[in-house]
Amino acid sequence: MEFVAKIFSMAIAAIFVQNFVLARFLGLCPYIGVSKKLDSALGMGMAVIFVMTMASTFTWLIQTYLLVPFKIEFLQTIAFILTIASLVQLVEMVIQKTAPALYKALGVFLPLITTNCAVLGVAILNINEKFSFIEAILNGFFAGLGFTLVLLLMAGIREKLDKAELPKSMKGMPIAMIVAGCMALAFFGFAGLKI
Amino acid sequence: MTIFKEFTKGFVKENPVFVMALGLCPVLAVSSSVENAIGMGAAATFVLVFSNIFISLIKNFIPNKIRIPSYIVVIASFVTIVDMVMEAYVPALHKNLGLFIPLIVVNCIILGRAEAFAGKNNVIRSIVDGLGMGIGFTLALIVIAIIREILGAGQLLGFDVLPETYKPMLIAILAPGAFIVMGLLMGLMNMKKK
Repeated sequence: MEFVAKIFSMAIAAIFVQNFVLARFLGLCPYIGVSKKLDSALGMGMAVIFVMTMASTFTWLIQTYLLVPFKIEFLQTIAFILTIASLVQLVEMVIQKTAPALYKALGVFLPLITTNCAVLGVAILNINEKFSFIEAILNGFFAGLGFTLVLLLMAGIREKLDKAELPKSMKGMPIAMIVAGCMALAFFGFAGLKI
Repeated sequence: MTIFKEFTKGFVKENPVFVMALGLCPVLAVSSSVENAIGMGAAATFVLVFSNIFISLIKNFIPNKIRIPSYIVVIASFVTIVDMVMEAYVPALHKNLGLFIPLIVVNCIILGRAEAFAGKNNVIRSIVDGLGMGIGFTLALIVIAIIREILGAGQLLGFDVLPETYKPMLIAILAPGAFIVMGLLMGLMNMKKK
């Protein structure tokens, strides 16, 4: 039971309180770039959840069984980014072969995920916070879920914003940033949650 | 394009942050104080210049198909150097910037310059381009940090600059303030362009 409670508090923390986008400023490029349409935002979100979970799994294994025993922790950055890049490539190939429909939907976003700093961010955070294997995997999954949640919220708002009457110079990116600011303010409300 | 123009294009005209909206994550995350902004800018400029030099030197030996992974390895090596040097000589700043030092690897500005410039131009031009873009990035960071630090803490580089009666708007140094200041600055840049 204690384990379940711990998992639950981890989920709340990763999705709401320490949201990757709004509180930690990770993964802003796709957050602003791919949030113009709801369906493409959903595709991107799904791909990110998948890659973040996989990346957490593999980078944890590499850190524990390769970097630490051989005392080459200083290679962490290089090892992790290569792992993520090859993982994304692999995922792309597998999806292309097994689920062509999904591949078509995700197509453009998959290669972009390598440079999504939220993925490398969650991998390094898992190590810094000294998570166990299971915790690391779950943390990756929840972080991806939090990212997808705010991405979808943003896409929903921006679809409506298109029709709003705005000063010309505020259209597009500037107003998106301000909306993100308001959303971050709203998410601050979760900071008081004590679990 | 003359060398001088190559150098100054990153300051305003092609500013990586305000005009091209690249590398937003570190910009918003570390711009809560001017000191952090300068540290981050210096670290990113170092990586940018050296990865540009290295990539323009080896560009003829890398097969076209694996150029992006090779660029990433070069960049990651320089980021590791910066990470270790900062940890040794400026541990306080290293702790403040935290996660965002290793994350310079995935900063789109650096990979973007490697792909768009260093992979096509000679060493001298690449150094100039890297330096100019790095300074442009640092300038943008400092501008945002000055606004946020003055509004949010009434201070500049740790010194009080506003009268004591000023009540700091705490929101400016918190996460929402970063987004709002950035959005307003981008709007201002758009207005000036027209």
